[in-house]
Order: sequence, then structure tokens, then C-alpha cells
Amino acid sequence: MSAATHAQDHAHHDDHAHHPTGIKRWLFTTNHKDIGTMYLWFSLAMFFTGGVMALLIRAELFQPGLQFVNPEFFNSLTTVHGLVMVFGAIMPAWVGFANWLIPMQVGAADMAFPRMNNWSFWLVVPAAILLVASFFVPGGAAASGWTLYPPLIIQQGISIDMTILAVHILGASSIMGSINIITTILNLRAPGMTLMKMPLFVWTWLITAYLLIAVMPVLAGAVTMLLTDRHFGTSFFNAAGGGDPTMFMHIFWFFGHPEVYIMILPAFGVVSAIIPAFARKPLFGYASMVYATASIAILSFIVWGHHMFTVGMPAAGQLFFMYATMLIAVPTGVKVFNWIATMWQGSMTFETPMLFSIGFICLFTIGGFSGLVLAITPVDITLHNTYYVVAHFHYVLVSGALFSIFAGIYFWLPKFTGKMYSEKLGKLHFWLSVIGFNIAFFPQHFLGLAGMPRRIPDYALQFAEWNMWSSIGAFIFGFSQLLFLYNVIECIRSNRKAADNPWEGADTLEWTHLPSPAPYHSFETAPVVK
Amino acid sequence: MGLDMIRKTIRNAAPAVAALVMGATANAAYDVDILPPASPIAQQIYDLHWAIMWVCIVIFVVVFGAMFYSIFKHRKSAGAKAAHFHENTTVEVIWTVIPFLILVGMAYPATKTVLEMKDASNPDLTIKVTAYQWAWEYDYLQDGVKFNSLLATPRAQIEEWQKKGEAKNPDYLLEVDNPMVVPVGKKVRLLVTANDVIHGWYVPQLGINQYGIPGFVKDTWFKADKAGTYRGQCSQICGKEHGYMPIVVVAKAPEDYAKWVKEQQAKNPQAAAPQQVAAAAPVAAVAEDPSRKWTADELKAAGEKVYAANCVACHQATGKGMPPAFPALDGSKVATGAKGPQIALVLNGKQGTAMASFSRLTDAELAAVITYTRTAWGNKAGEVQPSEVKAARKG
Ligand code: HEC
Ligand code: HEM
Ligand SMILES: [Cu+2]
Ligand SMILES: [Cu+2]
Repeated sequence: MSAATHAQDHAHHDDHAHHPTGIKRWLFTTNHKDIGTMYLWFSLAMFFTGGVMALLIRAELFQPGLQFVNPEFFNSLTTVHGLVMVFGAIMPAWVGFANWLIPMQVGAADMAFPRMNNWSFWLVVPAAILLVASFFVPGGAAASGWTLYPPLIIQQGISIDMTILAVHILGASSIMGSINIITTILNLRAPGMTLMKMPLFVWTWLITAYLLIAVMPVLAGAVTMLLTDRHFGTSFFNAAGGGDPTMFMHIFWFFGHPEVYIMILPAFGVVSAIIPAFARKPLFGYASMVYATASIAILSFIVWGHHMFTVGMPAAGQLFFMYATMLIAVPTGVKVFNWIATMWQGSMTFETPMLFSIGFICLFTIGGFSGLVLAITPVDITLHNTYYVVAHFHYVLVSGALFSIFAGIYFWLPKFTGKMYSEKLGKLHFWLSVIGFNIAFFPQHFLGLAGMPRRIPDYALQFAEWNMWSSIGAFIFGFSQLLFLYNVIECIRSNRKAADNPWEGADTLEWTHLPSPAPYHSFETAPVVK
Repeated sequence: MGLDMIRKTIRNAAPAVAALVMGATANAAYDVDILPPASPIAQQIYDLHWAIMWVCIVIFVVVFGAMFYSIFKHRKSAGAKAAHFHENTTVEVIWTVIPFLILVGMAYPATKTVLEMKDASNPDLTIKVTAYQWAWEYDYLQDGVKFNSLLATPRAQIEEWQKKGEAKNPDYLLEVDNPMVVPVGKKVRLLVTANDVIHGWYVPQLGINQYGIPGFVKDTWFKADKAGTYRGQCSQICGKEHGYMPIVVVAKAPEDYAKWVKEQQAKNPQAAAPQQVAAAAPVAAVAEDPSRKWTADELKAAGEKVYAANCVACHQATGKGMPPAFPALDGSKVATGAKGPQIALVLNGKQGTAMASFSRLTDAELAAVITYTRTAWGNKAGEVQPSEVKAARKG
């Protein structure tokens, strides 16, 4: 962006930052950094909650037969694991990053609607409590898979109503957050920060926020119809009353496919910040990255049918959704090529953020390739609802979204906390995660090819070996995440002071214009971007 | 429990490591491929999958070869100085157009297969497949043969919460009491639907994965290339026993198939009501004559079988259920109360709960299972005759 001149006058703000302390600071805060911090810790807590469920699932699947849980509880575990990871771990983590970074990266003093920002966060908490508490009500937690398909979901008890309420609250929170983000980006940019000068993370979030506003109401509509079908005698999804269960799938996936891009677009932004920083070379094609992000977002609205190839849609429908889905590979490829061209002839170093970003590129691409395989309708028919799909979406969500969250945390921890994390432990966390992850999820491709369905608590004997490996890998991966928690706490408590810009190649405003840690109030007078 | 698991892990891991080290991935247990296709469509799927896999593998190797080359060559520690180039329209157009062309190349054969898959016209044989929680019903529309197909693996092999299960059958969880039987080389059209929730009729080797959606009938087709037994499972989560509703298709030479149809029809002279159930032998007897008066003992004996096949999943063999989700029948007011409401409940199910309609069972089977639940465990209510069920069905 511009020359590295430190706005020293910001540093003293900390001293007379007029905010309450203790619990009130967090309850009533309207400060984007406080709210960002709360989102990130919340996300970590949910990540461990969903992680415990995942490990229970993998413990049960370690060998054939039912050893630990009964089938019903198993179904609840997969369902709530999925919901918690998607809505509790990944999405809030990105909102946390957005809160911390967007105002600093566009040179704004705070988010556009600070009070609404506080609300957005505090809504998420009761929603998460509802989701987790639903395990303890009669009938147990939702057991329909995170896709909540009727009529199965109509059969269950009160936990479904809790889940529906939770989804509503989360949707409201996401919409408020998105309005805030869009307004901040469009109205509060510093002088000279034109749209095409914004860091890519800001761009990807701008587009993500539009996706959220477009699809969260759709999900809200779908679950409201479930609710009225359950309690008020409507028959939206009940054939006996003139409804159609397939309609729910259409509506759900019209939300669901953009949803996966909501989880991955900010990841593209983070990786696009980290690769140039550690290659010490500008991003190869800034403009084409922006256009690729926008094309992916637009295409994401017309591919939902690829989740429904087995409902028996007409050939024309299958072909349309197959072509549209394959088309998404083009802008996605553009992104991967761009990152590699950025690395090409750079002067690279491999600190933890860079390692996680490279891990992201390789493994996300594997997830992209398996996605391409699944896009081919006839092949999807044989792989739909098998472990191949489970492998595919964990490659894009865990080694995609989650790895880039790790990369982002390690990258910005110095700015967030003013301290340096331990490089040695960070690298250890990376290697354990990559190895554990691949042992856990690569064999699942083979299980899917051999025909093992997903969401089953028990399986035929020919699936035993790969499942055992998958469970071993999952436990390695899961326990390695305790090291991540340790790394963050150790970093906060250490006395390794971080430089204002510890990374040679980082050049966005938060690095060039603000000290580390970033002061409580930053950019009260806007910087000028040249 | 935890420690035990770790011990088990280690015990199981050792041979697995050894197997892997010896390059035993060729071993069936370490399968890494789609199962051998057994129908023309499955063959096309197989070929498509490998075609696209190879394209992906080649692209992966080239692209990541370049990346790792760069990682080793262009590192600061190796003295690399950063170049400063960026934006190059030619390069960007090339890497947009080439992938696009590759995709077009892949879409072409895929399209042909899609069109072929969707063409279920002119079948030699049509079977209606109805999914229930948790059984499949096969109705051979031309031949008047109709039966249910349920998991045949004994519970004692499955449940290991308290103690280690019995030794598992080789086809553990992939075996059924009555498989679907089809003639080799004939085009079989399936009409797939469901009674309660969405299920998926999935037999990978035949290239079929089709949701059964309550209230809608969807069609698909296959043609088995060679005689054999092809196994699959329900592919769409359908409640607690979703992992326990396998599918077995036996493809026989057309003559053998014709013989099988004769046998089935003989078991069931009235083609109009060709229902028989699950637990083969004793229950076949149930189907014989619905108007006859049964003794209480006959009903109880047959009812226990029907109960084991259709009700234990929820109400449990002990009749204690799994409250609050699945009520106990032992001591239940309904099960020990008036006959009318109870027959109606089992016949029609209860809307909005997991208690589905069991109208697919014959009058005799229903009478038997209702009698059983009225008299088993601590219950001491009277028997129900098939004629009463028949009357309830009419009314
Ligand atoms: C999918 C699980 C499931 C299966 C299988 C099932 N039931 Fe039920 N059954 C239920 C549920 C749930 C209820 C409670 C319905 C309600 O909320 O009133 C119930 C209720 C009943 C009741 C009334 C009990 C009471 O006290 O309210 C009877 C009788 C009964 N079932 C008989 C049967 C018989 C006979 C079979 C086998 C032919 C069977 N059920 C199979 C789930 C099942
Ligand atoms: C410790 C790491 C993880 C492990 C071991 C793990 C394991 C599993 C397992 C075993 C399933 C069940 C598959 C099935 O039976 O269908 C599952 C489902 C799922 N997981 Fe994970 N998972 C992990 C992390 C994540 C993360 C970070 C996400 C992020 C979004 C995620 C999203 C999902 C989703 C959406 C489902 C589908 C749930 C459903 O079937 O309805 N998982 N996971
Ligand atoms: Cu999708
Ligand atoms: Cu199922």
C-alpha cells in the first residue's frame, strides 16, 4: 500500500481508552477488536466441542460392531458435529477475523454499526447453547444429518425446535454482521483506499457478506416451513398434504452451496495475504483474483442441484447442474495458479503461517479435484452419500477453511497480542495436523469408492482396515489441536515482544501504520493511502 | 473404556502397519478402487471415474511439481532474490482457457452416460421398490411376486456394548433374508418410492443410487451383465437403523429366474395379495389363509417372528422400548387395552412420530404381532384374529 510510516500518535490511546473493565467490558463492548476476540475464542470453544463429537464418532467407527454409542446417539453426534463445526466454529472464526481486520485494513476507526456488532456476537452464544443443550432433552439431539431433511426430521422431538430456533438466531446474527461489514467496507474506507486497492481479505469478505445476506433468509424460510409442518398443520414437505420433500432439498441447497463458499472465500483472502508476505513478492494477479472470487460467488448460486443428482431429476436438470458445477473449477483454478505464480521466483521463507498456507493450497486442491469428480453426474451417482463425499468436504473444510484460519491466527497473532508465538511449536502443530489429517481423511476416499455409506454407526467387514486408519488419524489430528490452544496461550503469556511488522513482506495498513499490539482504538484519524 | 480402546488400538494397529509396510494395498481389505462394475452403466461410471482421475492426477503432478520446484529453488535461505513481476494477461488467459477446454472434454462422455442412464424406456421387467423404516419391499409388477427384504445379521453380532459380539458373518450387515432376484441381461426398471422418510436404494456395482421419496415414484434402471450377488445399502439417512437396511440383488440366468418366480408364485397363489414377510419359514405359514380362525398359541408363535423382524428395532425384544423416544409395549395402555385402537395404530401408524403404518404386513401377520404384543412379557390381554384386522382394514 503506502510507505511504512508509523502513526505513533495512536500508541498512547491505550492509556486513556475509556471502557469498562471486567465482565462488563465484554458484555457491553462495541469495540471491533474486543468483539473480534470474543468471536475467535468462541469459535475455538465450538471447534473443541464439535471435535469431541467427531472423536466419539471415530471411536465408534474404529471397528465394526457397536461398542460405545447406540445408533440414535450416533446420528445425533454426526448431525450436531456438522452443525457446530459449520455454524459454531468456521463461520464465527471468519467473522472474528473480519472484525479485527477489516477496519484496520481499510483504515477505519471501527465497524460502521458498533452496537449492532455487539448484538451479532451475543446472539451467537445462546444459539450455540441451544444446539448443544438439545442433547439433553427427551429424544436426544437432532439426528437427521446437518441437512435436516424432512420427513425424517418431522419425526423427532423438541430438540428439532431448539435446532430450528438456533438456526434462526444464527441467521439473524449473520445478516447483521454482513450488513455491518458491507457498510464498513463501502463507506468507511480511508481516503485513497479505492476498491481496487483493498486487501484481498477485505474483497473476499465483501463478497461473502453479500452471499450471506442472499442465502441466510432462504435457510430461515426453509426451517420455518419445517416448524409449521411440525406444529401448525401445514404440508410444505408432506406429499400427503400436497407438499414435496424434494422442495426442502432444493431450498436447503440453494442456501447450502453458497454456504460452503461463505466458509471458503475468506480463506482465499487470508492465503492471498500470506503467500505474498512470505514470498516477498506482490500477488501475481490482484485483479483476476477479485474477478475470480466474484465469479465463484455468482456461480455458487446455480449449482445446488449437484447435491440432488439421486433424487431422480430429469436429464436436462442433471446436465445443467453438472456443467455449472464443472465451470466453478475454472475460477478456482485461476486462484491456485495465481498463488503459485506469486511464489514463483519469490524469496520464500516458511514460518508457520506460510506452512499452513502451502498446506492449504495442496490439500484444498485435492478437495477441489474430488469435487470435480463428484460433479460428473454418473460418477456422483455411485459416490453420493458415501465416505467419498465425507472425504471431499473435509478436504475443503478442514484443510481448506480450518487450515487457513490457523494460518491467519499465526500470521496476525503478533498484531493481535503484541507477542510472537513460538515458531517451533507452531511448526510442530502444522506437521502433526497435516499428517493426522491425511491419515484420517485420505482413506475415506477409498471407503467411498468401495461403497461405504456415510452416517452409519457400523459397517461391513471389508471397510474395517481403512476405518481403523481413519480413526487413528482423527485422534492424532484431534489431540494436536490441544497444541494449538497451548500455542495461543503461551504466545499471549510470553514476553517475546513482536515488532510492529514482524514479517518482511507484509504491506497492509495494520502492519505499516499501526504498532503491535494494535491499540484499542486505531485510525481515529484516517490514514491517507497513496 | 478409554484404556481398553487404546489397548485395542495398539493390538489392531500392529498387524495393520505390517500389512501396509509389506505393500499389501493389493489386498482386498485395502481396496482403493470402485467395486468391479456389473452393469453397462456401472462400467461407464467406472471408466468415467478413472478418466477424470487421471486428468486430475496429471494436472496435480504438473502444478504441484511447479510449486515444489519453486519452494526448493526460490527460498530465501537458498539465496533467492524476489523478482517483482505481476499481472500478465497472456498467462492469465491461457490458464483460464486450457482448464475450460479440458472440462469440455470431460463433459462430453459424461453427457452421453447421463442420457443413457435416464433412459428407462422399454424394460423387460419392472420392480417397484418401496422403502420402509427399515426394510425394503419388492413388488414384481408383472409377475405378482411381492416380498420384504430385511437385514439378516443377528443382533448378537452387532451389539457389543456389554460384551464382545459373536463372530461376525462374512457378509456382516450386507446380508438379507430375501434378496431381490433378477434375470441376467434383461433391462430391469425400478420404480422407487418410500413409505415414511427418504431412503436411498444404492447398489454400486449396478451403478444405481436412487432416493425413495415418500409420495413420489422415481424410476431408474439396470441390466446385470453376469450372474452374481451384488450388495449395497441404504444411502440416505432414514433414522436409527439406517446403517442396518442392506440391499442384496441376485442376478440369475433367465431360466433360473423363471423357476424362482414360479416358486414365489406357488407360495402365494393369490397374485392380487402376494404379500409375505420377512422371517421366511414360519411366517410363510402365516400367509396361507387369512380367513381361518387361529389358535392363540399359533398367533403368539408367528407373532414373535413378525415382532423380531419389524418391531424390535424400536420397542426392543424385551418390550421395554427406549423411552422417551420409543415407548415400552410391556405394560402399555394401548397394547393391553381395547383391540380397536391398537389395530388401528399398528395398521395406520401415528402421524408425525416414528410409529409408521404397518399396513404392508398381511392380516395374519398383523393379527399375530398384535396378539404377541398383547400377551408377551407381563401383558395379559386377549388375542386378535386376522379377520378382525381385515375388518379394520376395510373400515
Ligand atoms: C420406527 C420405530 C418403531 C417401530 C419399528 C415400531 N414402532 Fe410402535 N411406536 C413407535 C413410537 C415412536 C411410538 C409412540 C407413538 C406416539 O408418540 O404415540 C410407538 C407406539 C406404539 C404402540 C403404542 C404404545 C403406547 O403405549 O403408546 C404400539 C402398540 C406399537 N407402537 C406397536 C408396534 C408394533 C406392533 C410394531 C411392529 C409391527 C411397532 N410398533 C414398530 C415406534 C416404532
Ligand atoms: C477433528 C477433525 C474432524 C473429524 C475427525 C471429523 C469427523 C467427521 C465424521 C466422522 C463425520 C461423520 C461422517 C458421516 O458419518 O457422514 C463428520 C461429518 C461432518 N463434518 Fe467433520 N470432522 C472433523 C472436523 C470438521 C470440521 C472442522 C468441519 C468444518 C466445517 C466439519 C464438518 C463436517 C460436516 C458438515 C459433516 C456432515 C455432518 C452430516 O453428515 O450431517 N468437520 N466429520
Ligand atoms: Cu454444493
Ligand atoms: Cu437409510
